[in-house]
Amino acid sequence: MENRIDVVKNKKNILSVYFTAGYPSLNDTETIIKLLEENGADMIEVGIPFSDPTADGPTIQESTNKAIENGMSLQLLFNQLKSLRQYSNIPILLMGYFNVIYQFGVENFIENCKKTGIDGTIIPDLPLNEYNKDYKRLFEENNIYNIFFISPETNIDRIKEIDNASKGFIYVLSASQTTGKNISESKSIETYLTHLKSLNLSNPFLVGFGISNKQSFDYVCQYANGAIIGSAFVKAIAKGNLEESIKNFVNNIKKV
Amino acid sequence: MDNFVNDEGYFGAYGGAFIPEILHPNVKHLQNNYLQIINSEDFKTELKDLLKNYVGRPSPLYHAKRLSELYKTNIYLKREDLNHTGSHKINNALGQILLAKKLGKTRIIAETGAGQHGVATATAAALFGMKCIVYMGEIDMQRQAPNVKRMQMLGTEVIPALSGSKTLKDAINEAMRDWINNSKDTYYLIGSVMGPHPYPDLVGRLQAIISEELLTQVEEETGKAYPDYIIACVGGGSNATGVFYHFINNDKVKLICAEAAGQGIESGFSAATTHLGSVGILHGFKTIIMQTKDGQIEETHSISAGLDYPGIGPLLADLKDKNKCSFIPITDEEAIKAGFLLSQKEGIIPALESAHALAILDKMQFNIDENIIINISGRGDKDLETYFKYL
Ligand SMILES: Cc1ncc(COP(=O)(O)O)c(C=O)c1O
Repeated sequence: MENRIDVVKNKKNILSVYFTAGYPSLNDTETIIKLLEENGADMIEVGIPFSDPTADGPTIQESTNKAIENGMSLQLLFNQLKSLRQYSNIPILLMGYFNVIYQFGVENFIENCKKTGIDGTIIPDLPLNEYNKDYKRLFEENNIYNIFFISPETNIDRIKEIDNASKGFIYVLSASQTTGKNISESKSIETYLTHLKSLNLSNPFLVGFGISNKQSFDYVCQYANGAIIGSAFVKAIAKGNLEESIKNFVNNIKKV
Repeated sequence: MDNFVNDEGYFGAYGGAFIPEILHPNVKHLQNNYLQIINSEDFKTELKDLLKNYVGRPSPLYHAKRLSELYKTNIYLKREDLNHTGSHKINNALGQILLAKKLGKTRIIAETGAGQHGVATATAAALFGMKCIVYMGEIDMQRQAPNVKRMQMLGTEVIPALSGSKTLKDAINEAMRDWINNSKDTYYLIGSVMGPHPYPDLVGRLQAIISEELLTQVEEETGKAYPDYIIACVGGGSNATGVFYHFINNDKVKLICAEAAGQGIESGFSAATTHLGSVGILHGFKTIIMQTKDGQIEETHSISAGLDYPGIGPLLADLKDKNKCSFIPITDEEAIKAGFLLSQKEGIIPALESAHALAILDKMQFNIDENIIINISGRGDKDLETYFKYL
């Protein structure tokens, strides 16, 4: 079967939205996915909460702590997503730290991803060499795309290595930083993204970390196929009615 | 010499470098250069001079006669407590700060639990005129308050870690976030045999000076080439790795690690990692960690801040798998008792961490002709307030 990421990856202005499973309430997962899709998001990253999220800033830390407190676990998440593909057609990736997946059993995890209709994974602390050594075959045999990062400090050889290893898209960090800090539309980020674009990589790239509003979204979309919004969305749905806050959030980013 | 680690940073099944891509250039650069730098004549000469004239090495191997009499065996104390700044942590801090300087870094960050590594790093940073920031769990800042003031007096900024259990593990999380946000100019000076490759190997090699000195001291003091037992406490495992290092391949030397049982292994308030843990990935490496069945890291408890960590170094995890090292849990109460005993028998007030190693004496039977080395990893000054509650 075709991977749903391939269906959207070459579009323009792709909006990929991250949220933490189990936040704000334990059973919001399905509602959030439906509302994001309905309102025009192009891709969704569902965060698997971990107690020690070292690459995340305060907003996502707080949401994961709350989610764990609420009782979220990877097993429960798969249970919640059991009928996902009956109501949703949007590409969905699971994003989480490796220990939670490792405890679940990587094979078990992939099997569940496949059964559920998950299209990809983002595992920030599973680097390329560890992935290649132990897990690449398993992921590829099951047509699950594992997404890799590049940052402004990644050198050209490494960028090419990552491009070769990637399927779907490359996750480009706007800057070398943890999540939740706003990007500055500086000369250096413009140079960096223009350079990346000029490399004509075989995979499209989405820019993430620090994209928080329409302005920063539009800005990076000049250079990339789209962008990923995490902390700003998590903040936006912290309080109030999900239906309203998600509608407002997506419409505000996507309006022309 | 066998240094136990392969090219990918694995000690048997443990170790590796599970780091976000942002840290890749930094960590790779360190991996590619650390051995060449620390083995260069330049580096060795400079570090040797500092260890001798600044730290006061070699640290003595002291025959504790009254303690030996009590336990009817021969007990020798390796006196890391006599080092400048009061623990073994300075051996590592000076080595790494020299390395940071050679790598062209200008800003030093560190985590600390008991505050000993923080003080050692703050000291080294002052000595080399480098900017230094130390992350410390809020709870640890309270229970090791004198060390917070010491770091501040040395010119270091101490930032409280307010997340999670507010102890060592959370201080490491904050230090890692800082490192991610400042990867260009910042050197992360890790305080124990943990973190992504090459840190466990690097810290192990820098602490190996402890057992290197023993190679001659044991002969001088006991007349034998090697001891029967070496005992050390384990938080992350750096003092244990250092005192074991040159004896690891000698099957005749029995290696004993004292783990912090807290209020007891079954109590739910414990830090006895090898007894309660399973294989997982935390802070950039694979090892034995205390976690729930869902893979969330458990909050640990120990009366000693330096042992309050849910993982152990990858070399020690490997030695455990290979049955080359045994791990014995010691409760808070047993450690306090051992701390008082050493104070009153030998006039040495040990750090609470080291008191865990001493408490092993009550847990095992030794023969009258056996030689036991106990690593006194630090002095008890920082722990007086805790000890005073038991006066
Ligand atoms: C005196 C002392 N001993 C032992 C430790 C535990 O660390 P490690 O297991 O790395 O030696 C500490 C840590 O802070 C310490 O201060």
